[in-house]
Amino acid sequence: MEYEPVIGLEIHAELATKTKLFCSCSTKFGASPNSQVCPICMGLPGVLPVVNEKAVEHMIITALALNCTITRQTKFDRKNYYYPDLPKNYQISQQYFPFAKDGFLEIKLLGDEKKKIGIGNIHLEEDAGKNIHLENGKASLVDLNRTGIPLVEIVTKPDLRSPEEVEIFMDTLRDILLYTEVSDCKMEEGSLRFEANISVREKGQTHLPPRVEIKNLNSFKIVLLAIKHEIERQTKMLEKKEKVLQETRLWDEEKQITRLMRSKEEAHDYRYFPEPDLPPLFISEEEIEKIKKEMPELPNVRKERFITKYRMNEYDSRIILSDKETADFFEECLKLGENVYPGTSIFSKDIANWIAGPVTRYLNEHNTPLSKTQITPQYLVELISLVNKGLINQNTAKNILPEILEKGKAPQEIVKEKGLIQVTDEEEISQAVDKILKENQQVIDDFKKGKTNAFSFLVGQVMKSTKGKANPQTVNKLLKQKLEIL
Amino acid sequence: MKNIINKKDVEYVARLSRLKLKGEQTEKFTRQLNTILEYIEKLNELDTSKTEPTSHVVPLRNVRRKDFQKPSPTVEEVLKNAPDKERGYFKVPPIIE
Ligand SMILES: [Zn+2]
Repeated sequence: MEYEPVIGLEIHAELATKTKLFCSCSTKFGASPNSQVCPICMGLPGVLPVVNEKAVEHMIITALALNCTITRQTKFDRKNYYYPDLPKNYQISQQYFPFAKDGFLEIKLLGDEKKKIGIGNIHLEEDAGKNIHLENGKASLVDLNRTGIPLVEIVTKPDLRSPEEVEIFMDTLRDILLYTEVSDCKMEEGSLRFEANISVREKGQTHLPPRVEIKNLNSFKIVLLAIKHEIERQTKMLEKKEKVLQETRLWDEEKQITRLMRSKEEAHDYRYFPEPDLPPLFISEEEIEKIKKEMPELPNVRKERFITKYRMNEYDSRIILSDKETADFFEECLKLGENVYPGTSIFSKDIANWIAGPVTRYLNEHNTPLSKTQITPQYLVELISLVNKGLINQNTAKNILPEILEKGKAPQEIVKEKGLIQVTDEEEISQAVDKILKENQQVIDDFKKGKTNAFSFLVGQVMKSTKGKANPQTVNKLLKQKLEIL
Repeated sequence: MKNIINKKDVEYVARLSRLKLKGEQTEKFTRQLNTILEYIEKLNELDTSKTEPTSHVVPLRNVRRKDFQKPSPTVEEVLKNAPDKERGYFKVPPIIE
């Protein structure tokens, strides 16, 4: 029997606002405990919440990006439960008139196939605080800094059919949230959290079996591990003709399995009712139109354009589109490059390679974003032109890259200053080759015996003796010729 | 008196509200709550089929504020009324996970 999983996701993303959803406290991550709280977010009696307009704007953007219908008259509701990180004993959320509903996100599967994943609804709510459990088990400590930070909850329809689809969906969604600057999506700071609903059925069936909900999934890796584990668990049960029950499970990081939540942790009756302290929110046509006009091109649309127009490969496009800044940088380079080499697609490939390659490697090694470096699109285009014109070789270009990134110096200037102009003169290179061959009889013998790395050693020596300036192709050519007649 | 809710409902609501009821209290509250609910049921006599659902009586809408940060009170002030505290945190009985 063949089985297939039916998967839906609930995504919580913290909205990128300076202040909380209903009060003017800072949302900055990492502040000392309880230094960013006030009577409103602590839920003291007699206070009144007021909605942050920026959060509403982010919601409209998210709704548009996910092709949802925006609820023109939206309301808030109280979700009641008791937990020490929730000082009001209720969370302000949206149960009856969610901000938007009935959307979809198109994802691109392997092999260019496209699939629309339905979005059930998206709604606006406030985050809870954080509990720390003392090791001796005698008490818990509560920090309310996170209490009241705006969250968007995105609920998908059960349209996902494999862990691979889940991964692509999460990537696509994160790119959109990052790109539109709706959320910083920092998983390590808890800005992006997941819950998954999973059931397994015989392939070809259309009914929805009882679903198992998995909570506590705090990274892409864990989401995928938990889903894979849960599919396996349920499939085994079905094979043994056991019945899978509707239940809530938790990911157990230590044992790397999902485990049943204790009934005490579950058994919620949230008794939703309309939030009397917040008047309804009206979203006007003009407001939506204005935001639509200002919205950046979405990353999935832009990616499509990069791949078809610039024939960018999947890997490069993923890196270049990982944030808006890098993608903008790429397009800026391209515009400048068009002036240098009009109409060549070779140049776009070079730019893509440089950004996805050496530049990204530097950024990763130094753990810094592109915006914190001194490089400009002009400098990168200049650097690539120097290589393409044969004035410097690829290696020299890579070597001076850190100086451009760190000091914002023009590549031409660095090359001039350090005398790095490539030596293409065969006579000069020939002399350098002769000298190296004379000094390395042992290596030549090795080479003759068939040791191939002896050859690259000799190339390296010649490059070194010319301070890396020799044209590598010429060095290769001359070395081969000379070794043959030796 | 009508039986709109029974003893079981009251016990359930008490549990949700983290209230411990003593034996005779459950009976008493069931009776009292039924009286209140019966009184409120009078509202059902009105024809509301043509009325929009109303969660607010004040005709306010679209009250929003700018995303502009204001200083929060000091940690000392925040924790002033806390029954127990430690290193800037509220200290509460252990939460069993
Ligand atoms: Zn506050």
